[in-house]
Amino acid sequence: MYEIRLHSRGGQGGVTAAKLMALASFRDGKYATAAPFYGAERRGAPIVSFIRIDDKPIKIYSQIHNPDLIVVLDPSIIDLVNVFEGLKPDGKVLINAPEIPEKARGYQVRYVDLTGIALRTNLVVAGSPILNTPVIGALAKMGLFSRESAAAAIRETFSDERNLKAALMAYEELV
Amino acid sequence: MLTISTGNNAVAAAVRQANPAVVAAYPITPQTEIVEQIANYVTNGSLKSKYIPVESEHSAMAACIGASITGVRTFTATSSHGLLYMHEMVNWAAGARLPIVMANVNRALGPGWNVWAEHTDALQARDTGWLQVYVSTVQEAYDATLMAFRIAEDRRVYLPVMINLDGFALSHISQQLEESQAGDFIPPLVLDHAISTDAPAGYGCMTSSADYFRIRYDIERSMRDSVQVIQETEAAFAERFGRKYSWTEDYRCEDAEVLILAMGTLGKEAEVAVDILRSEGIKAGSMRVRWIRPFPQLDLKGRELVVIDRNYSFGFGGILATSIRAKTGEECYNVIAGLGGQEVTYDDIAGFVRNRRIGEEFWFGVDA
Repeated sequence: MYEIRLHSRGGQGGVTAAKLMALASFRDGKYATAAPFYGAERRGAPIVSFIRIDDKPIKIYSQIHNPDLIVVLDPSIIDLVNVFEGLKPDGKVLINAPEIPEKARGYQVRYVDLTGIALRTNLVVAGSPILNTPVIGALAKMGLFSRESAAAAIRETFSDERNLKAALMAYEELV
Repeated sequence: MLTISTGNNAVAAAVRQANPAVVAAYPITPQTEIVEQIANYVTNGSLKSKYIPVESEHSAMAACIGASITGVRTFTATSSHGLLYMHEMVNWAAGARLPIVMANVNRALGPGWNVWAEHTDALQARDTGWLQVYVSTVQEAYDATLMAFRIAEDRRVYLPVMINLDGFALSHISQQLEESQAGDFIPPLVLDHAISTDAPAGYGCMTSSADYFRIRYDIERSMRDSVQVIQETEAAFAERFGRKYSWTEDYRCEDAEVLILAMGTLGKEAEVAVDILRSEGIKAGSMRVRWIRPFPQLDLKGRELVVIDRNYSFGFGGILATSIRAKTGEECYNVIAGLGGQEVTYDDIAGFVRNRRIGEEFWFGVDA
């Protein structure tokens, strides 16, 4: 089983990103679950979502304490909570940032400027850049699921072509 | 169609298949998504139900009762305080022998204010005459909702059915879902005692003790008859859609020396604990209890029992454990866990089994 913890802020699309990750994995022929962890938070507060991917049905509902992969949609959260807590020794990190944040040094970090991509593709809703579809492109590049399944998951969920365009840009620009 | 869905959306999708004439509901966390999705279906024309947005849960059930009594299919959904607020009407629905179907997204009761999973809400309605089933996956939420209409509306039952799913843990998780087409799996509703302008009749008039007593006895007779109807419906469902359900979901129980009994998502996660315990040489099995009303006949002789209750009856004990003791005469180790959405992992469940003390009660995270 491959376990992912996703960190975002309420309203940034972390819950939708988690669902898209599960759907893309499912389109790859895997079993997948996406479970947002709801606290008493509201818009803007740090939240986490848990994604599990496996070759057999997943029976676990509790939280992920030792993830294989940590995804950080908002790099400012790194200063608020220890996003790396419990990461497996060979675990990986994906951060939405134009460069590796200081606190992320020492981990196996991949990064891409998802916010910049959203702004460049005009993928902005109510003044906020949309990060949940670009991050799917970056994760496909990391091999979490195929490029085709990522595109299929985005198309099934959103009709606006800018989502797919931004995801493909993130796929190309991942460092 | 095979897709990914939340537990809430799976319930709504099943309701669309069942095509009730009337849906009356009031939104409440964590049930809201069910009501929103049904409202979406009605707005986009894919569901022809009359949707009544009421001002309270009491009115939601009252509206379902008023519609159901004319002999049409009805559905509502609620959670926690919403279920408590409609409690008077919940009793009325069963007493008037109306086959209303309701999804309850299990959530803790305040105070303190808490929106996470616990079963005490629905279990406080266990003596109302409603049938109650507890599900553990998104697929099961869909399937149980489809079956609920057929069971409730069977002439031998004519009692309301409540489908229970764990708040957030199941209502908000995304898992795979096969949206089977119900077709004629749910026959058209024929309510023998429906009222109409052609056959005027009154409901709720003063009733003598003798008649009242007979009416109550009749509810219990139908509850007993529902055992056969549930078995027939689950068998027909398996035949048609290939997915099997029963009173309990048994995992590695055949040669098990110690059984874990739990309800809802904890009962599913217990299967992971069973695999861990087996690898340590402990012959464990999981028996996830699905139906609490009618209460199933359980053969538990000769095994040690670890019963996990995500609920509590103050001054008495865990409700599943005390029910099992009363029905089977078997003692158990009663673990109280997961109240108010308390985090309980498969490792914790394995620990309950390793440290079992038959005859005792243990509050996880509080007791040493």
